[in-house]
Amino acid sequence: MIKQKVRVKSFKINDITVTGRSDQTLLEVAKEHDIFIPTLCYLEGLSCVGSCRLCLVEVKGARELVPACTSKIKEDMEVFTTSEKIDSHRKMILSMIFSERSHTCSVCEANGDCELQDKSVELQLDHSLVPYIDSRFAIDASHKNFVHDPNRCILCSRCVRVCNEIEGANAINIGGRGINSMIIHDMDEPWIDSQSCTSCGKCVYVCPTGALYEKEITKEDVTTKREIIRNLLKNRAENE
Amino acid sequence: MNKIRLATIWLDGCSGCHMSFLDMDERLIELAPYFDVLYSPYVDTKEFPENVDLTIVEGALSSDHDLEIIKKIRANSKLILALGDCAITGNISAMKNLYKSEAVLQRGYFELSDINKDNRYPSTVVPKLLDRVIPLHEAVKVDYFLPGCPTPADAIYEMIHALINGTIIDISKYTRFGK
Ligand code: SF4
Ligand code: SF4
Ligand code: SF4
Ligand code: FES
Repeated sequence: MIKQKVRVKSFKINDITVTGRSDQTLLEVAKEHDIFIPTLCYLEGLSCVGSCRLCLVEVKGARELVPACTSKIKEDMEVFTTSEKIDSHRKMILSMIFSERSHTCSVCEANGDCELQDKSVELQLDHSLVPYIDSRFAIDASHKNFVHDPNRCILCSRCVRVCNEIEGANAINIGGRGINSMIIHDMDEPWIDSQSCTSCGKCVYVCPTGALYEKEITKEDVTTKREIIRNLLKNRAENE
Repeated sequence: MNKIRLATIWLDGCSGCHMSFLDMDERLIELAPYFDVLYSPYVDTKEFPENVDLTIVEGALSSDHDLEIIKKIRANSKLILALGDCAITGNISAMKNLYKSEAVLQRGYFELSDINKDNRYPSTVVPKLLDRVIPLHEAVKVDYFLPGCPTPADAIYEMIHALINGTIIDISKYTRFGK
């Protein structure tokens, strides 16, 4: 592979001058400078796909908001990470994520330990701005250790990426279309029948919501396992 | 001092949010002097009153009666506070939306019943179920939202306190969906 020459670029975020490498994304440079941008599908150590759109920021001169996690930096660009427009877009996006599936937190496995829930607090969304769609999907509890509940899935594809990029098993894909998309195992068979799944559990511990969870496990063990897997991702990212 | 004319109502919820209200314990005594409770499961008034300053609504809208009363509440109240996840998201009450009301009636009145001799749903006196359970703000304008299942007493207290004093609070410090 031909490596592109990496240069240093300087530009502005919220009127503060920052510098980054030309191969870095806006989000990465913002993080390095302690400028906070909300994210959901992004996970350090995995590729960036820009699927959730929560990290939208404003770039001066651009007609539309752009996702910070997939946008490369440019010399002299001027970026804004908060504004009335950005806040209202983020709230609308979060509302759409909530309304697409059934997020009945009070009876969810992930209640109190869910990144989607955390976003509602972070973005101060106290009610959905759009009506709920009331879709219902079958739960796959066939695997001996894990459960897949598409009713809580936000289609962030973290599970797909970790299984492909880190575990190398490539057992998960996104199947179906649009609003009815679901993650599927192999050729859309019950999880237990997947030939490629190694039962490593990485997908479960990168999932931000209650869509993937382990059966019969204590809260403490969930925390420990999640830390192990998230650290593994971080370390790999740093060593790259 | 003019007392705040308060109403509270329990629609399609489990009453847990009203219980949480009582869980404010001794703080209720602190709040009591500010309020005139006109209508509530806590008092015995039959008709929803007029000129209400604040109505606190627990529960989602599930029946034609709920829909009718929430419109009356809106017309008669200066402010509406949606209390708890059922009022705000539909929550547990709206889980039947995934199966539709018909399936729920079928199950309740036919499949699980031994004594439904004339094989009909009750259709008089009891309110008719809507096709979809909806949160309050899908039917009327709601002024304040206080999520939680049930909303913690601390969150209710802070919210009421802020309303009395005319201050603004960040409720996400005290509660969230599912709390
Ligand atoms: S996945 Fe998160 S937001 Fe969705 S129901 Fe579960 S706890 Fe609530
Ligand atoms: S358990 Fe491991 S191998 Fe199986 S689907 Fe999840 S990440 Fe892939
Ligand atoms: S199962 Fe979890 S990790 Fe996978 S796409 Fe859905 S929400 Fe994301
Ligand atoms: S974090 Fe950037 S699009 Fe999801």
